[in-house]
Amino acid sequence: MATASVEIKVTPEMASEHGVTREEYARIQQILGRDPNITELGIFSVMWSEHCSYKSSKVHLKRLPTRGKLVVQGPGENAGVVDIGDGLVAAFKIESHNHPSYVEPFQGATTGVGGILRDIFTMGARPIAVLDSLRFGEISPGRGTTEEDAAKNRRILDGVIRGVGHYGNCFGVPTIGGEVAFEPCYSQNPLVNALALGIARKEEIFLAKAKGIGNPVIYVGAKTGRDGIHGASLLASAEFTEESKQKRPNVQVGDPFMEKLLLEACMEAMQTGAVVAIQDMGAAGLTCSTMEMASRGGTGIEIDLANVPQRETGMTPYEIMLSESQERMLLVAEKGREPEVLGVFKKWGLDAVVVGTVTEGGIAKVLHHGKVAAEIPAHPLAEEGPVYRRPLAQPPVRNETPADWFPFAPHATNLTANFKKLLASPAIASKRWITEQYDTSVRTNTLAGPGASDAAVVRIKDPQTGIVKRALALSTDGNGRWCQLNPRVGAMHAVAEAARNVAASGARPIAATNCLNFGSPEKPEVMWQFSEAIDGLSVACTELGTPITGGNVSFYNETLGKSIYPTPVIGVLGILDDANRVLKIAFRNAGDRILLLDGSQPAAPLPDDQRSKLAREFSSSEYSKTIGHIVAGEPPTINLADEKRLIDCLIALAGEGTLQSAHDISDGGVAVTIAESCFAYAGATLAAPSVGAIVNFDDSSAPAEHALFDERGARCVVSVSPRSLAAVLATARQYKVSAREIGKVHLAPALRIEYKGHAVIDSPLDALRDVWANSLERNLKVRV
Amino acid sequence: MKFGVVVFPGSNCDHDAFYAIGNVLHKPVEFIWHQSQDLGNCDAIILPGGFAYGDYLRTGAIARFSPVMKSVEKFANGGGMVLGICNGFQILCEAGLLPGAMMRNSGLRYICRHVYIRVEQSDTPFTNAAPPGQILKVPIAHNDGNYTCDEATLAELEKNRQIVFRYTTPDGSDDSAGNPNGSMQNIAGICNRERNVVGLMPHPERAVESALDSADGLVIFKSMIEALAGAAKATA
Repeated sequence: MATASVEIKVTPEMASEHGVTREEYARIQQILGRDPNITELGIFSVMWSEHCSYKSSKVHLKRLPTRGKLVVQGPGENAGVVDIGDGLVAAFKIESHNHPSYVEPFQGATTGVGGILRDIFTMGARPIAVLDSLRFGEISPGRGTTEEDAAKNRRILDGVIRGVGHYGNCFGVPTIGGEVAFEPCYSQNPLVNALALGIARKEEIFLAKAKGIGNPVIYVGAKTGRDGIHGASLLASAEFTEESKQKRPNVQVGDPFMEKLLLEACMEAMQTGAVVAIQDMGAAGLTCSTMEMASRGGTGIEIDLANVPQRETGMTPYEIMLSESQERMLLVAEKGREPEVLGVFKKWGLDAVVVGTVTEGGIAKVLHHGKVAAEIPAHPLAEEGPVYRRPLAQPPVRNETPADWFPFAPHATNLTANFKKLLASPAIASKRWITEQYDTSVRTNTLAGPGASDAAVVRIKDPQTGIVKRALALSTDGNGRWCQLNPRVGAMHAVAEAARNVAASGARPIAATNCLNFGSPEKPEVMWQFSEAIDGLSVACTELGTPITGGNVSFYNETLGKSIYPTPVIGVLGILDDANRVLKIAFRNAGDRILLLDGSQPAAPLPDDQRSKLAREFSSSEYSKTIGHIVAGEPPTINLADEKRLIDCLIALAGEGTLQSAHDISDGGVAVTIAESCFAYAGATLAAPSVGAIVNFDDSSAPAEHALFDERGARCVVSVSPRSLAAVLATARQYKVSAREIGKVHLAPALRIEYKGHAVIDSPLDALRDVWANSLERNLKVRV
Repeated sequence: MKFGVVVFPGSNCDHDAFYAIGNVLHKPVEFIWHQSQDLGNCDAIILPGGFAYGDYLRTGAIARFSPVMKSVEKFANGGGMVLGICNGFQILCEAGLLPGAMMRNSGLRYICRHVYIRVEQSDTPFTNAAPPGQILKVPIAHNDGNYTCDEATLAELEKNRQIVFRYTTPDGSDDSAGNPNGSMQNIAGICNRERNVVGLMPHPERAVESALDSADGLVIFKSMIEALAGAAKATA
């Protein structure tokens, strides 16, 4: 029974329904030397899908820097691996789960987190942190967003947040950072990117390479069901068995408890020394794991699907091979030591079954009850898939005039009301309501959770002794609006911002991972954006010393022909050599001096004709969007040498222990930075804030709004006790970073910012804090 | 003196409890597997946080039937010290070792944040190192911490001084304002009538070093160590 699929005659039309082009189909025939059967067609179609094969992005991804002194494993494995000293390595990677999260926000998000966690522990590394980078449509009506859309976006957000939390909370990994941003373009296509970080001993890293002819191939974990089958619509069209008629949603369902069992069992099985290779079943399930393991190992593989644990009856080989049921792994064990491995999984109550063997000759043979269901050369399938050099086309240049740009308010305008609006905008407002739904402290490593520092910081306990020496810092960043206006510069900013955040926590950035969210690669404009972004990432990662060690590409983020903003999200990992030297954003003592560190070289006073350049760059800022409802112009000019100087200076200052706080300048500019450092004083509690600040600028020729809310990079606000001031200034000089004293931390809970002698912001801190702390809940209309 | 930390398949704070006892307080500690009925001569048992068997049913509802719980019940009934943290508290309620039950948080959302709890009773082996009324800053991380019981049970709890911890504000002035989950009478933790079994929703094992933002949880483990040392002396 159920081998009917072998007898189905595959036609070019069926291939096209599988998303396989005419040329690709010819290539399949060439590789096989015959027509594929339906199971083989299914296998080729998923392996050669954009998602698995990177066929449109490959030629561009080659330009990314992937090597570095500390890189142990670059792109191509389940996760990137870097050396973090003392015989330990960190495995980390970011991945998208965008479409499923739109269709079914809760399950889409859970399985996104589950997938990336599996990638990490497949490498033999125990996950110690998750970050999530989320993009949603606007959650309040107005400016082209209807209440219906806003309500839908709020529902999506709620489901995604619950999903991310549910999985990590139950699995037992802290979700400690990330970012959330809102733009109308994500309304039909939210982005859910999850990053996971794990730790292992260097010699215990596992790779997914089948080795040792005759070694058993073992299937472990959850049973295989019909969930997540790609192309199920074809199957459901009556020609097959009666049993396959049921249509199932294409979104998989996550079970974090099962994943926790799988984690513990895999870690224990790896300790036996009997495991040769291991690969998780993520996208394209059993297909991808068998084919890639064989291809990477230069071997063949033979499995019989009758042995695969199944959740439902009557599944065809096509369905079993293409199922994306979650929480499953495939491993290769040493021949003769099966009982040791199987014993571990039995202890954890998991299915573990020998389903096949590693074979000679490079052929992947899939049997079903002994009958051949598919027979494919593994290497050509996995590595010789189609590669496209798709056409690129720069979109028409926007012809903007100064009338399209942000009109600055006249000198001495009081900006307090605008500042409150800015603090209330979902992009700037506190994300506490979201992050409190995540377990942020499990595993007792969290030195800086959400909002405490510019980066998330976890300490490293030695897996054997528990002794703590170092800590790791992580930040994810990516400004879609800037990338839309200029993908190359926007991508450079994403790297610079993430690296700057890591440095502002006191850590040295060492490596990066990327999640590239774009529209359809079949559109030349999108491919142009992609290519530009890659060039931007490439130069920034090179300059800032953060090679890309892995990640993923998510194309086709569009609905009804409209693409999202190009949104490369970058995760940067950094090391703190002394876990006691974490920098946080909170001001700490009244009387401390507030300094503005700036890696850029002092600019000459601007002539009047340059002022339109200010307006042009300012028009891409959060302030311009929120206050002026203008999104135009260009992202701020970026100079990577400036960024590097500031990063090096921050690391040196952190090492010297002379700073009381550090907070980089990003969304909302220096005014938001200073306000957040005041708010953070009271920590995450509801206690009243008890420090404020008085700040004064006067040495710029720019309009006040520009001085306060400009988002140009390479800058950081630090606070310093008076007795450390001289030392800090000396270090800044040494790194050629300008350090300007702009104010003081005060006991009075108020924030006053003067510009050229006029108070432009003046408010009790409570009033500012209220809008910042509570606007997200109010906009989401949830019960507080 | 030896501590035992029970490991259910879905425990995820087992390592944290182990680390707090072993690495921070340098006392002997070992894991006890859920399928074992042997408590390995441990002098105090910790039921850690997590999702014991996934908790897709009711939190702790399946865990109470595990082999290890048979031994824990016997141990507790014999006067042994048992501390249930978060999921451990939920399991103790399900197992009937503590009265009452947990409902979903009143806000119907998972909450993780630092809260403040007042030590209401210092005469338990879990709180004897704390002055009465001491306020501790400890994190919570749960979906179902909304403690409830019937009126008669509540009266019993009050009468026997079994309410060991209550949520409050940092200055101890407003208990209900400090209550994160809607629990009855702002209850954060209780003991049994014999005072040798305590369950609490907050995680003291996550507040054992100032680097983690609070070391206030230590007082609970130090109390246990003192009580065990005292008991050892008494029998010597």
